[in-house]
Amino acid sequence: MDWLFETWPWYIAGPLIGLSVPLLLILTGKTLGISSSFRHWCSLAFPKSQLPYLKNNDVRKESWNLIFVAGVLLGGFIAANFLSARPPQLLPPEFASLEGVVKLFIGGILVGFGTRYADGCTSGHTIMGLSNLRLPSLIASISFFIGGLAMTWGGALFAR
Amino acid sequence: MQRLFVLLIGVMFGIVLTKSEVISWFRIQKMFRFEEAHMYLIIASAVLVGAISVFLIKRFNLKTIQGEPITIKEKKWQKGVVIGGIIFGLGWAITGACPGPIYAQIGAGTWLALATFAGALVGAYLFAVLQPKLPT
Repeated sequence: MDWLFETWPWYIAGPLIGLSVPLLLILTGKTLGISSSFRHWCSLAFPKSQLPYLKNNDVRKESWNLIFVAGVLLGGFIAANFLSARPPQLLPPEFASLEGVVKLFIGGILVGFGTRYADGCTSGHTIMGLSNLRLPSLIASISFFIGGLAMTWGGALFAR
Repeated sequence: MQRLFVLLIGVMFGIVLTKSEVISWFRIQKMFRFEEAHMYLIIASAVLVGAISVFLIKRFNLKTIQGEPITIKEKKWQKGVVIGGIIFGLGWAITGACPGPIYAQIGAGTWLALATFAGALVGAYLFAVLQPKLPT
């Protein structure tokens, strides 16, 4: 049982992530997606907003998505506290500084804005959309990568 | 009952993301630097399993356990898929977290991820404000 407490290999993790697609569809009738939750939180925070994107959003109907992300959070808690030999180190220690927090916040803005504009993230487009053989999702996934590569390689040059 | 299933599948999703270190900034860096295949193999095998499942669901016209027809929300083409996609990618490389991992990181006790989450909410609100003016 020791393996359970170590890092799970790709051939266990990948198929299990893929299985969440049919599990959601068959058990709940829902289409996998995470980033739409950001929209729902905004709609909940500003119930009187006149912005069409927040107003024309049936949060009651989409509330399942907020339950789903609450589950993901709970899953992170269970994995880190009951299924790990040692607490996982998920971010470099340098982020624990004012500069680091600002960096994460700005990066978060790009994630929130970008995923909403693209109408999906790595879950909705790359896992769900590609599983559904959608061309827009393939284009989206390639775009995610172009952005990531640009920041990783170009951003490093910029920082120096 | 349906809500319980949603929660449980979310928990499974969060556990797998955490235990395979998909939510680790280091793994995302190693992916974008082409230093290891871990992330690529996870994504590829997840899509393979997902695609076979969707194919079977469509081929045999499967219904939900509540007996309702399964309809998959179809992603539509618009310019934001590229523009927004690239913007998201930039943020993904900075924070080391896409939306699912943001939630899992918080659950795993990485409190700094709250800054990423706060940013993501501001970003989504910003999109709501700018949406009428953005090219589609």
